[in-house]
Amino acid sequence: MEDNVVLTARGITMFFPGVKALEDVNFTLRKGEIHALMGENGAGKSTLIKCLTGINDFDAGEIHIDGIEGPVKNHSTRDAQNVGISTVYQEVNLCPNLSVAENLFIGREPMTKFHTIDRKSYNKRSQAIMDELGISVDVTLNLENYSLAIQQMVAIARAVDMDCKVLILDEPTSSLDDEEVEKLFVLMRRLRDKGVGIIFVTHFLEQVYEVCDRITVLRDGHFVGEYSVEELPRVKLVAAMMGKDLDDLAEIKKEGAATASNNPIEIRARGLSHTGTVKPFDLDIHKGEVVGIAGLLGSGRSELARAIYGADKANTGSLEVDGKEVKINQPIDAMNLGMGMLPDDRKAEGIIADLSVRENIILALQARQGMFKPLSRAKQEELADEYIKLLQIKTSSKETLIKQLSGGNQQKVILARWLATNPDFLILDEPTRGIDIGTKSEIQKLIVKLAGEGKSILFISSEISEMLRTCSRMAIMRDGEKVGELDKDLTQENVMKAIAGGENNNEA
Amino acid sequence: MKNGKVRLNGHTILLLITIALFVVLYASGCIVYGSKGFTHLQTFCNILITNAGLICVACGLTCVMLTAGIDISVGALIAMDCMMLAVGMQKGIGAVPMIILVLIVGVVFGAFQGYLVGYLGIQPFIVTMAGMFFCRGMTAVICTDQVSITEKINPTFYKWANTKVVIPFGGYVNNKGKYLAPYVRPGVIVALLVLVVIFIMLRNTKFGRSLYAVGGNAQSATMMGLNVKMIRMKAHILSSVLCSIGGICYCLNTMAGSVSQATGLEMDAISSAVIGGTLLTGGVGNVFGTFFGVLINGTISSIVKTNGKLASSWPNILTAALLFVFIVIQSAFAAIRERSKK
Amino acid sequence: MKPNLSWKKIKGWSLFLPVVALLLVMMVNIVYDAVNGNNPLSFFVITLQQTTSNGTILYGRIIDILNRGSEAAILAIGMTLVVSSSAGTDISVGSVMSLCASFCCMLLAGYGVSSTTTLAVPLIVGVLGGLLMGAVCGMFNGTLVAYFRIQPMVATLILFSAARAIGLLLCNDLIVYVRNPSYAAFGAFMGIFPTPFVITAICVAITMVILKKSALGMYIQSVGINDKASRIAGLNSKRIIFLTYVICGLFAGIAGIVNSSRITSADSNNIGLYLEMDAILAVALGGNSLGGGKFNLAGSIIGAYTIQAITTTLYALGVSAAQAPVFKAVIVILIVAIQSEPVRNFFKKQSAAKHVKGVA
Repeated sequence: MEDNVVLTARGITMFFPGVKALEDVNFTLRKGEIHALMGENGAGKSTLIKCLTGINDFDAGEIHIDGIEGPVKNHSTRDAQNVGISTVYQEVNLCPNLSVAENLFIGREPMTKFHTIDRKSYNKRSQAIMDELGISVDVTLNLENYSLAIQQMVAIARAVDMDCKVLILDEPTSSLDDEEVEKLFVLMRRLRDKGVGIIFVTHFLEQVYEVCDRITVLRDGHFVGEYSVEELPRVKLVAAMMGKDLDDLAEIKKEGAATASNNPIEIRARGLSHTGTVKPFDLDIHKGEVVGIAGLLGSGRSELARAIYGADKANTGSLEVDGKEVKINQPIDAMNLGMGMLPDDRKAEGIIADLSVRENIILALQARQGMFKPLSRAKQEELADEYIKLLQIKTSSKETLIKQLSGGNQQKVILARWLATNPDFLILDEPTRGIDIGTKSEIQKLIVKLAGEGKSILFISSEISEMLRTCSRMAIMRDGEKVGELDKDLTQENVMKAIAGGENNNEA
Repeated sequence: MKNGKVRLNGHTILLLITIALFVVLYASGCIVYGSKGFTHLQTFCNILITNAGLICVACGLTCVMLTAGIDISVGALIAMDCMMLAVGMQKGIGAVPMIILVLIVGVVFGAFQGYLVGYLGIQPFIVTMAGMFFCRGMTAVICTDQVSITEKINPTFYKWANTKVVIPFGGYVNNKGKYLAPYVRPGVIVALLVLVVIFIMLRNTKFGRSLYAVGGNAQSATMMGLNVKMIRMKAHILSSVLCSIGGICYCLNTMAGSVSQATGLEMDAISSAVIGGTLLTGGVGNVFGTFFGVLINGTISSIVKTNGKLASSWPNILTAALLFVFIVIQSAFAAIRERSKK
Repeated sequence: MKPNLSWKKIKGWSLFLPVVALLLVMMVNIVYDAVNGNNPLSFFVITLQQTTSNGTILYGRIIDILNRGSEAAILAIGMTLVVSSSAGTDISVGSVMSLCASFCCMLLAGYGVSSTTTLAVPLIVGVLGGLLMGAVCGMFNGTLVAYFRIQPMVATLILFSAARAIGLLLCNDLIVYVRNPSYAAFGAFMGIFPTPFVITAICVAITMVILKKSALGMYIQSVGINDKASRIAGLNSKRIIFLTYVICGLFAGIAGIVNSSRITSADSNNIGLYLEMDAILAVALGGNSLGGGKFNLAGSIIGAYTIQAITTTLYALGVSAAQAPVFKAVIVILIVAIQSEPVRNFFKKQSAAKHVKGVA
């Protein structure tokens, strides 16, 4: 092991039932560096971190830690803490109802001779720790009195005070504002200078270039490479994360795409926004047009769609559907206007796990018809059969519970749910995530076919190549803001440049 | 509100409201029923005497509720304790061995419930509902009749029950010209002792603070290295033991065991804790507030009793109304906090 | 391998738990009767009997169970829906029963009257009043749970402690007797069948028809399984949860009137006492998860009658009414403990170990 290396992971491989989540991944962390771990959804970032912290049990590979003989295998977060690995998550894992000092010391409080907690002593020590880290708080106040940023910092302080050599920060900045992020960075730099190795997981490119020394990129469970920040400009980073190589899917013809922009407008959004997630944006979508939204995870690409659909009610702005001004308070309103939305989180917002394929397919149509106009059983079965055949859903029967299907087939069922409502405007948020290649191209073809039938489609994906194949226009999102649209010269490179932004970042 | 401190702490406000409410209630009782002797210190002492058992029970329940749990078996456990005491003493067993037995039963019973809640992960409501059935039924299995503890059966216990602990001030001269000193019963001393001990325990011991941690965020508590399952189990043991102590106090008042004793007491205890600022979602509250919750309940009953004309169901309705108000305020505070975070 | 497979199928059958429980109770009865030298099947014997008050009626232990178990069965319908949609229980139903009965009797007798043979208002007014009261209580609970997002148990705790007391207040602290044959009819016999059972059957039938003929059943399950996804798919989750509480309150009203009619009075302190526990137990015994989601109404109904069968059996065995809860407690704990995750994992490991051994 090199002198200044604190942690190395070699050849980490891990299987989830049926899926290879990580394959031969390497990772090296040195003393006193901030190391970004980058990758899109499903790249394996969180799986790798869980392997390091003992939550996941990896199947092959070795982890070495400075000062410890032989390979280390953690079985719980406690084990990880004992070998000096501490983790701070996006969701602060502290107790908001206890004081800052208690959160620092719970489970290891200093005691008085009467076997009671020595409050005075740990308050004093806590204050000293916080002062040393440059965090100005009153440690005797409850944690809930402080902003999320301070809470993050308290979590970090707890980790650091427990003698950690490796500090993992898993998307700590996603719910912080700029000023708070800056404070966090000051703290991170201070810890780096003290020799702590920090693994920083984030999806904000700006932050990587602001605070990190090195970058490791993962894609689809594979190790792509380790770079120093200087040698990897933004565009290259985006390329590394998204993969440049065009896959060998059949080229899909975009017939009529050119004429779609002359069609009447289906959706016209003006100044729509949702506080905290997406800043006001304008967007027009014509009938029969497929519009893509390109941007990194967390750029506001999903949130934009949710604001249109009413999944998160828009706070400002106006929306016109088919030329008429409309007010959407909740999804059913949008559905009644002929919209449908396939959400990105299939498990949390898509499937009704314990209901059958048939029930999952007819749910939206039934909801739009109303409770007292039930679809007859025969009609339900007819619809289910129709879509199982149309989308080639692999299920043992239409009465099989949807949770027993594979991810791709679950996704097709949700797609069938919306197709059954015959929508004029369909939002597809990552419809191909975690789905095999064959199904992917089926879905892409279907999108083009639907557009050909005159339906408007808003297509969100983290794979630029599949959007290139299907979309005639793309909106670019960055940091919760719509920064532009591309309608000609739609190439991988142009889109990536637009996503990466940062004009002063000269191309290498 | 994003940076720095939030000046107004909702929980402190709730506690202040509770205390203010007690003061207002008691004061209005004094004003309206002053002529009926409500102003005498003895009225307050009587509230304490009547509710000595409830104070112990509510303290235990508060500890369970802090971990986001609940224990509705307490009323039935008290009935079983009283019946055990009564029958045991009738059989000629001494007061002290019986009390020790009752406490041991409390530990075992609590440990069993706690195991089911903590280690098997069954909803506390269901577990303690079964516990409530079990205790009620067992009370009847021990004896279906009402059993009284008289002086003949156990003079020691009888003497304890009738001991007056005189308070050296606050007495009054009655219309016959005799000076009556206010007094409390030994049960009150026990209850107040329990109150102080639990107050200190919750504030100043590892176990006490871990109860708050588990209720605040069980997942975080696990991540910070606390044994959440064990803590939950211990909380139930504590609740059942304090309930048994409460049962003894209760028995000192009633001097009898009967199947239908202390029915609905669990709801009095829960509402006392909630009115006293304990959140049913866990993590917030202390026994000081619970004590005032008990006092409010006691004052309402006392006022209704002093009035003499009001229907006997008014205390229940008023307590429920207070419960309603406090639950809605709590949920409003929670909603505000959530919004301010976004 | 083959018998194993069919065993799995049987275990997977949705009514497995309640039916097995019911069969167990029957077996205990058969054994007990046999041991005591009675006809071993006397549990199942149903005869026609002449009575002075009701004419010719069916008589037998099963009939008694069907009669006495009615209130719990009616409550179990509403409780099933509430558990399914909100993953919580409505603990106020027993108390609400009492309130509805009191309100109904107060209307029929007139305020402050403690005993009457003539009705102050037409019977239908009193009954509808009672049902309305139930629905109002349901709305109160539903508002707190669905719109204020208060945990169901906590929200219903309020009416749990208040409803009974309000009922007592409505009755002016008295037990109001309505000694009128038309009122007593709900708790008596209709032809040869016990009326409470007939009412239960009607309630179950109506609910089943509504669930079949509307999409309500699917809506409730969908919201209970995944309310976020249901919302995206266009369901109004809050309104559906609210609705289940109103239905639950309504059924509590029906159960209250039946119970009060049996004793031709509104005994506020005793009507529906501990019945919420029976209703919750019926839902659990019916194979429904108390964590919400899929529900099985038939299971809950069988569960409710199974509980009554247990109670009746215990009485037959010489256990007093006051002692019976001990057995109920043991049954509850056994059911939930077997369903708990650690225990299930333990058994899974055991069977896996066996399997490995078998292969080796």
